[in-house]
Amino acid sequence: MSGVIKAENLHKVYSETKIPVKALNGVNLEIMEGEFTAIVGPSGCGKTTLLNIIGGLDHPTMGNVLVANEDIANMKDGELIDFRLKNIGFVFQAYNLIPVLTTLENVEFIMLLQKQDKTQREKRSMELLEEMGIADKANMRPSELSGGQQQRVAVARALASKPKFILADEPTANLDSKSTENLLDIMAKMNKEENATFVFSTHDQRVIEKAKRIVTLEDGVIISDVKK
Amino acid sequence: MYIKIAWRNIWRNKRRSLITIGSITFAVLLACIMRSMQLGSYDRMIENAARFYTGYIQIHKAGYWDEKIIDNSFSWDQELLAKVENTEGVNSAVPRVESFALASFENKTKGGMVLGISPEREHELTRIKDKMVEGEYLQDNDEGAVVSEGLAKYLKIGVGDTLVLIGQGYHGANAAGLFFVKGIAKFPVPEQNNQTIFISLKKAQWFYAMPDLITSMSLVVDKAKNVDRILADLNGKLDMNYLEIMGWKDLMPDLLQGIEIDNISGRIMLWILYAVIGFGMFGTFMMMTAERMYEFGVMMSIGMKRVKMQFSVFLEMLMMSSIGVIAGISISLPILVYYFYNPVFMTGEKAEAIEQFGVEAAYFFSLQPSLFYNQAWAIFFMAWILGFYPLYVIQRLKPVEAMREA
Ligand SMILES: Nc1ncnc2c1ncn2[C@@H]1O[C@H](COP(=O)(O)OP(=O)(O)OP(=O)(O)O)[C@@H](O)[C@H]1O
Ligand SMILES: [Mg+2]
Repeated sequence: MSGVIKAENLHKVYSETKIPVKALNGVNLEIMEGEFTAIVGPSGCGKTTLLNIIGGLDHPTMGNVLVANEDIANMKDGELIDFRLKNIGFVFQAYNLIPVLTTLENVEFIMLLQKQDKTQREKRSMELLEEMGIADKANMRPSELSGGQQQRVAVARALASKPKFILADEPTANLDSKSTENLLDIMAKMNKEENATFVFSTHDQRVIEKAKRIVTLEDGVIISDVKK
Repeated sequence: MYIKIAWRNIWRNKRRSLITIGSITFAVLLACIMRSMQLGSYDRMIENAARFYTGYIQIHKAGYWDEKIIDNSFSWDQELLAKVENTEGVNSAVPRVESFALASFENKTKGGMVLGISPEREHELTRIKDKMVEGEYLQDNDEGAVVSEGLAKYLKIGVGDTLVLIGQGYHGANAAGLFFVKGIAKFPVPEQNNQTIFISLKKAQWFYAMPDLITSMSLVVDKAKNVDRILADLNGKLDMNYLEIMGWKDLMPDLLQGIEIDNISGRIMLWILYAVIGFGMFGTFMMMTAERMYEFGVMMSIGMKRVKMQFSVFLEMLMMSSIGVIAGISISLPILVYYFYNPVFMTGEKAEAIEQFGVEAAYFFSLQPSLFYNQAWAIFFMAWILGFYPLYVIQRLKPVEAMREA
């Protein structure tokens, strides 16, 4: 089995600042299909930078990123947008949803961009909302949902089109402990039921405990990689 | 989908969108009314001058326009009349003998414009019978005269009195005659109202000693916009060595120029109005873009192409402008239709003050379609130009930066 993500010797230097910041210093990481991986480490260690690069949102200064055997490090921005649409699900820390769309429309959104047909879209979206326990909120706007509910909608949206993997940068950072646990349980469930591959970053010890693989970063290098 | 997103985005900030739409509505409304009044007054001025005086087309002896003397006259014969009246779009031809004479009654004397007319034909062009305020209108070969109301007032002459006319006739002959006043007619254009005397064509030809000759032939045409075509047709038919044919634009160059100058100043006003509204629109578009950076970042991260986002935002701006334009036109249309059919005539001192400048004291409105779609174009054009800002921002957007900065 080969990895869905293969990052080789990743370096990232932010040079727009007065003193260039070396955010990544030679990261090698392979993520296998179906893994449930937490990227952890102190603030400023490079978690977001790493996730952005393997998600095709940013380019590495040096190194390669292969996603499903395609080299995305050198893709043009325009191509990357399309690549992300087809292959990668995203969950951000907060405000993931399009405020003018309902819960259901938000979940359907990516499938819509992929031009899937309406019945298929709605079926899949409603199923996911059931799984997340928020089917009754299908016609509400994001502003009418709690933070935890919004994050669950974001997870549903990311899962809806069955991407190769889902990246979540601190998905629980704005949630209370109960919502955090709930969200992680749902992610774990979907990881099991749909064999969805998750890579998420976190500070939260309780979240780390739920992960099946824990990659620890410090000063832009991986200092440990533990599989449970 | 894009329509849905755009539509809902408009109502996200109801107050701001309503203010923006309202200001567009207001601008369109104001512009439509202003333009309608301007164009309406131009139409009326041209109509007053052409339809009720010179005609939209005139035929003269070649050289008459440069030297308007009675010696430059031509013969009024059946062959010419037939040729002219058989031209498509020409309803009828109206012959005139036109010259100056001194008009006096008792101890008052004033220079007057004497018009020898064919009474029925003249009525067809100028509706002169409707302007009679006293006495009777002329008949063919009539011996009497119809005096314009302003002149009659000046001379203190009334129906039944005898008017003395003294002038110069054909090839220097003396022209003098007595005419009893048969009627008095009132005209809207002061210049005309203060100096015109109508007598029958026959009587005028006798007075000026020019039997069977006329100085001008005005044409009644079916539609003002056919004038250029009719001119071209006539040019091919008539003997252009002997005659000259002129359209209303040549007949009234001063009027045309006056209208053009006024029209330009009207347009400048419009541009100022639109510039003000444009700033407002731009402000809205800018805020709209600025507060949605994070959202744009998310959408682009999850795979929404730039063009699609631009399309959605563009739709939003288009919809906002359209609502404003449609509202503005829908409000102005009934108002203008009403005033088109019910022009506002001023009365009293104010009216007199205005009439002193030789202008009719009334507001007329135009319903020209161009008046409405020009405003629509102006707004859409501005939305189009100003809309480049958000489109440009989206074009340059990098998802990570957009989300971090927000
Ligand atoms: N656009 C940027 N320009 C300059 N420096 C940056 C930029 N983005 C990140 N950095 C720097 O790079 C380093 C890594 O940042 P990154 O955001 O990846 O850390 P992180 O592990 O996600 O931190 P946190 O836990 O606080 O989210 C930090 O020192 C940060 O200040
Ligand atoms: Mg981070």
